[in-house]
Amino acid sequence: MSRRTMRIGSGLTRRNVVLGAAGAAATLGMPGILTAQPANLKIGILHPVTGGLAYEGEQCRKGALLALEEINAAGGIKSKGGAKIEAVLADAQSKPDVGAAEVDRLAEAGVLAIQGPFASGIALATTQAAAKHNLPHLVDVGVVDQIVTRGLPNTFRFAPGFGKITGFALDALQKINTDAGGAAKTAFIVHEDGAFGSGMAKLLNEKLPGIGIQVMQTLSHPSPQRDFTNIALQIRQGNPDLIIPSNYKNEFILMARTLQQQRVRPKAGIYALLGGAASNVAFAKQYPQAAEYIMDCNHWYNPTKELSKVFAKKVADKGWDLTYELMLNYSCMRVLADALERASEPSRAAVTAALASSTYGDHIMPYGPTKFVNGQNEGAQPANTQILKGSVEVIYPAEFASAKVAFPIPQG
Amino acid sequence: MLGGLLVPAVINGLALGAIYALTALGLTLIYGVLHIINFAHGSLLMLALYAALFLYTLGGVDPYVAILVLMPAFFAAGYVLQRLVIQPAWHGRDENVLLVTLGLAIVIDNLALWLWTSTTRSIDSRYAFEVVDLGVAFIPIAKLVGFFGALAFGALLWALMTFTDLGKAIRAVAREREGARLVGVRVEHIYAMTFGIGTAMVAAAACLLLPTFYVTPQVGYAFVLVAFTTVVLGGMGSFPGALFAGLLLGVVEALCGLYLGESLGQIGIFVVFILMVLFRPTGLFGARA
Repeated sequence: MSRRTMRIGSGLTRRNVVLGAAGAAATLGMPGILTAQPANLKIGILHPVTGGLAYEGEQCRKGALLALEEINAAGGIKSKGGAKIEAVLADAQSKPDVGAAEVDRLAEAGVLAIQGPFASGIALATTQAAAKHNLPHLVDVGVVDQIVTRGLPNTFRFAPGFGKITGFALDALQKINTDAGGAAKTAFIVHEDGAFGSGMAKLLNEKLPGIGIQVMQTLSHPSPQRDFTNIALQIRQGNPDLIIPSNYKNEFILMARTLQQQRVRPKAGIYALLGGAASNVAFAKQYPQAAEYIMDCNHWYNPTKELSKVFAKKVADKGWDLTYELMLNYSCMRVLADALERASEPSRAAVTAALASSTYGDHIMPYGPTKFVNGQNEGAQPANTQILKGSVEVIYPAEFASAKVAFPIPQG
Repeated sequence: MLGGLLVPAVINGLALGAIYALTALGLTLIYGVLHIINFAHGSLLMLALYAALFLYTLGGVDPYVAILVLMPAFFAAGYVLQRLVIQPAWHGRDENVLLVTLGLAIVIDNLALWLWTSTTRSIDSRYAFEVVDLGVAFIPIAKLVGFFGALAFGALLWALMTFTDLGKAIRAVAREREGARLVGVRVEHIYAMTFGIGTAMVAAAACLLLPTFYVTPQVGYAFVLVAFTTVVLGGMGSFPGALFAGLLLGVVEALCGLYLGESLGQIGIFVVFILMVLFRPTGLFGARA
């Protein structure tokens, strides 16, 4: 004990006193510096990352986190003193009731807003659950239009819904078909039998005759569907000009492979509506023959914009599949960050108000400035893609097109 | 209009049914001897599909050649699983085993999701789009191989059970466990051998299925319910029953899909199942089990 005291005493020089004083000042000042660091702004990222929709959910989560990483690296939310966005991750397990329960958990965790949850069925439940907590909920995909027609003031949908997508697809198809001299006069519709596929098939059956295409047959199938041979055989026997599929990724791939195995090649082509894999780069690369010339009206990015090219390169560098789930969630996080930037304070009400007045326009999607009308982003629109030489190219609208359409598809 | 599609649909149904039969063979063996409803069957099928996929993508091993590697590997895995996990949890109560296999399924599924993510994977083998033209339909080569492979493995399993000492011991344990033990059969070893053989059959099914299907951590569920139905329909524990029932269900599904629509195609499977339970609860070949 005495030895230690002695040593302290012996080291008491002027330099040490100055250094000690500086150290003490720094230590005393530390709490002040810590309190000056703004608190993180929590955002709930809710997707079905397990269960039947796990692939899509995981892609969504990756997209959201990629944007979040970039925003934080660029200095966070500047109007809030450079506060970082903190992701609170949640898993809907591909079930609406679990999604709703996760919203309650996120609300308790103090999130300012929720982004997600990909599927329409889950979105109907999560938006309602979020309304209980006055929690702004930015829906990323969820094409069923009831999501935004129930008058929930907390609900905002970034992407276009059924109505808009079908209308866009019919316009695009009519134009493409007219330009090709009316090559497609008959069609088979193949759809998954859930709310998404059935809703789409119903709309198509009503609208296709109006653009001069007769629906020969509408074939539904469950998900998962183990075999598409029956469907391929019926299409071959019917020999339509056009096949219009609306189904999820696994079924789309199986269907495309079976069509090729059964040597089914429609005269005009395959025109998918929100086709599960029709705008999937991995599918185009792995099955170039089965995928070639497939067209799709879907959510897709604007390939002509520099920001989009940088995004696509980042995705490629990470070895991820370039899918619309990734694109939409990347975009949604940027819209949310903009709302946080403009919100008068870090509260749910302020973020809701900021989202409602959003005019954010720096998108990778082929969208105009964001404008939520009754919760729906009126600036949103789909794109028409076609797989050409193993790449997913935008063929319509012309201002975003990266390639010319091949329609009717070359035979032989 | 659909009349012309009848024959191709039946042929396709037989090809599909062969895969059902093959996935059911292991299940019926395990049930017949151990009286276990193995809820992990679908998860093991998924694991075997991943194993075959990685052998192909990383090692360039064709799925049909992979049978030679994966059957012994999955036999060993099944043996160890039974000896180290299922048997110790049994405590003479079958419901314990049910829960253990259910738990195993959850663990395996989530482990696969964590390790390999939910990305859909498939192989693009050189024969993926090669077909045999039967005039009325094109039959993919991979489906033909699956069909004859299922028949061959069914016959092999039947021969193993009928003509070998191991088969006799398995049958003895299935019929009278304590009696078998009294005459010197090592019952626990036979249980593990049975579980191993059942798991090896799953590996064979996966190798035959991979060229025509895809792999995700959830893929087992697409087949396991039909496999359970096949086992009950064929008669619990009956191999000829499982084979016949698998083929029958494939054809029923194909025809119902054709005439009622694919959405209602699976109704046929369950109508046949309910009728069987009502009028012949022992299954088609139940008496021989």
